[in-house]
Amino acid sequence: MSSVVLDNIVKRFGSFTAVHPTSLEIPEGTFLTLLGPSGCGKTTNLRMIAGLLDPTEGEILIGGRRVNDVPIHKRNLGIVFQNYALFPHKSVADNVAFGLKYRDVPKSEIAGRVQAALDLVQLPDVGGRYPRELSGGQQQRIALARAIVIEPDVLLLDEPLSALDANLREDMRVELKRIQDKIGVTTVFVTHDQSEALAMSDRIVVMSAGRVEQVGTPEEVYNRPASEFVANFLGASNILESRCTDTGRDAVQLDVPVFGAVPVPVDKAPEVRPGPAKLVLRAEKLLLLAEDAEAPGMVTAPAVVETVDYQGQTVRYFIRAGDRQLQAINMIDGHPFAKGTQVTAAFRPRDCAGLPGA
Amino acid sequence: MRWGWQAIRLWTVLVYGFMFLPVAVVVLLSFNASQFGAFPMTGFSLRWFVELAQNDAIMRAFRTSIVLGLLTAAISTTLGVLASLALVRYRVPGANAISTLLIAPILVPEVVLAVALLLFLNFLGLHKSFALLLFGHVIFTLPFVILVVQARLIAIRRDVEEAAMSLGASPVQAFFQITLPLMLPAVLAGALFAFTISFDDITGTLFWKPGGVETVPTQIFAMLRNSISPEINALGTVMIVMTVGLPLLGAAIARHLARKSGT
Repeated sequence: MSSVVLDNIVKRFGSFTAVHPTSLEIPEGTFLTLLGPSGCGKTTNLRMIAGLLDPTEGEILIGGRRVNDVPIHKRNLGIVFQNYALFPHKSVADNVAFGLKYRDVPKSEIAGRVQAALDLVQLPDVGGRYPRELSGGQQQRIALARAIVIEPDVLLLDEPLSALDANLREDMRVELKRIQDKIGVTTVFVTHDQSEALAMSDRIVVMSAGRVEQVGTPEEVYNRPASEFVANFLGASNILESRCTDTGRDAVQLDVPVFGAVPVPVDKAPEVRPGPAKLVLRAEKLLLLAEDAEAPGMVTAPAVVETVDYQGQTVRYFIRAGDRQLQAINMIDGHPFAKGTQVTAAFRPRDCAGLPGA
Repeated sequence: MRWGWQAIRLWTVLVYGFMFLPVAVVVLLSFNASQFGAFPMTGFSLRWFVELAQNDAIMRAFRTSIVLGLLTAAISTTLGVLASLALVRYRVPGANAISTLLIAPILVPEVVLAVALLLFLNFLGLHKSFALLLFGHVIFTLPFVILVVQARLIAIRRDVEEAAMSLGASPVQAFFQITLPLMLPAVLAGALFAFTISFDDITGTLFWKPGGVETVPTQIFAMLRNSISPEINALGTVMIVMTVGLPLLGAAIARHLARKSGT
């Protein structure tokens, strides 16, 4: 187990900059997720930590040691790839034992450690089989066993769940987190799936276009997005242009068209100064009520339902309030509102976040 | 419509008959007991095969062909594997041009290639030799090896090699432990191609062989100038068995290996 430090690393491919200067500290034992859309540089970062790519500038430290010039096979890392990357011509047991052969592990110990790793991923009986005889989910468990049996300093997971079916993906998510908790290895996880990131991580690094947008706990990045990009990437958000009229000790006053004054808690709008600002309103925090309903403590505005996207447990509405189209995701209580219905759109100011305006 | 299909069937039979009957006749006549390689057959006999085995010139040619074929296969396969690795796995400047150049010997008529190499060596003041003959064979078997091996190598995912290295294997260890076993069917197929093509070749060989050295095809060619001996039928049969049998055997081995490795 080791900490990982990225110190101002940059990666350029010719004239294209894949990763702009990035610094990150990953404390020992942390489960850190690099989250972002494809092409945001998250995989490039992972491959630089792995030693599969050389940073153009900056330093990478693993366990306090500079590893820029250490080749991948001497870094003692466990890597799990998106497409499993099992060795098709070797049995499952030989796959798992592969890394032990290069580590001076006595022959007598190898079988025991392989079995222990297979037990840990809950596939104790497949050692004699070949990878092609296993399902995708099983293959990914074997890939994980192969990566952790060598007791790596750092575990690197490159979108390990995205090749799996939706149901299996959620099971594996829980399983992966359980195993990481158990062995406590420092883990860097790359994904474009926000729910995976929110469910598994101790810390999330949201990336966009080669830059870090925000670093924080899942709750922080979800509730207090530091940029419009983060607000939109993690769940559906409404971004409303507004004006900041006053910054008080507890609340920042935002004047939002149609809705009126919204006092956003200061800790959720730390960067906002008087002048233009943006109000971030999550779709699931925007409640639709009957036209004449009372909504004490909430900010309200009249609206019309334009589109109804029925999803069983929840329903997603597109409504028009004034000249703005807004998105609202509500639990269904009785029947969903029909298209064309006059409603009251309401939200609580403390559910909002504020960003400085352009 | 019906008679149309019948006509096509008949035509197909005729075409195949035209192609393969002469071969069948050679094989059949090689077992003929008569002095003259012609019908009607007078009885079944293996005497021409025995005489073949006792003919020093032919046995010498056989040895030459086999040594030449094996060396060609070994050199071509080694070079072909290395070239494919470089072209597929590394960013080589001008990779496309190099690839085209390496494949070009297939596209150039063999006679032209043969004369060109001969003139080139003349220009350098080198004499014909067995080494030159081998060199020529390597040049025009190399494209086949490269085509087969490259196709296979592209299908081997880079991440299995990366996984091996992440687990502690050096790049060389990863190659021998992972990449080579996975591309082995293609390597064997390439080697077989190289051997059979070399074993079969006559055009280039006629130009490049030094005086006194004969391969099986040039030996047959020389014998035909004098007479059509039944021995030639026997020799032809042996050639057919080798050049048809070996690739079939190779394909079977490759299929077996591929099944084992599950790809």
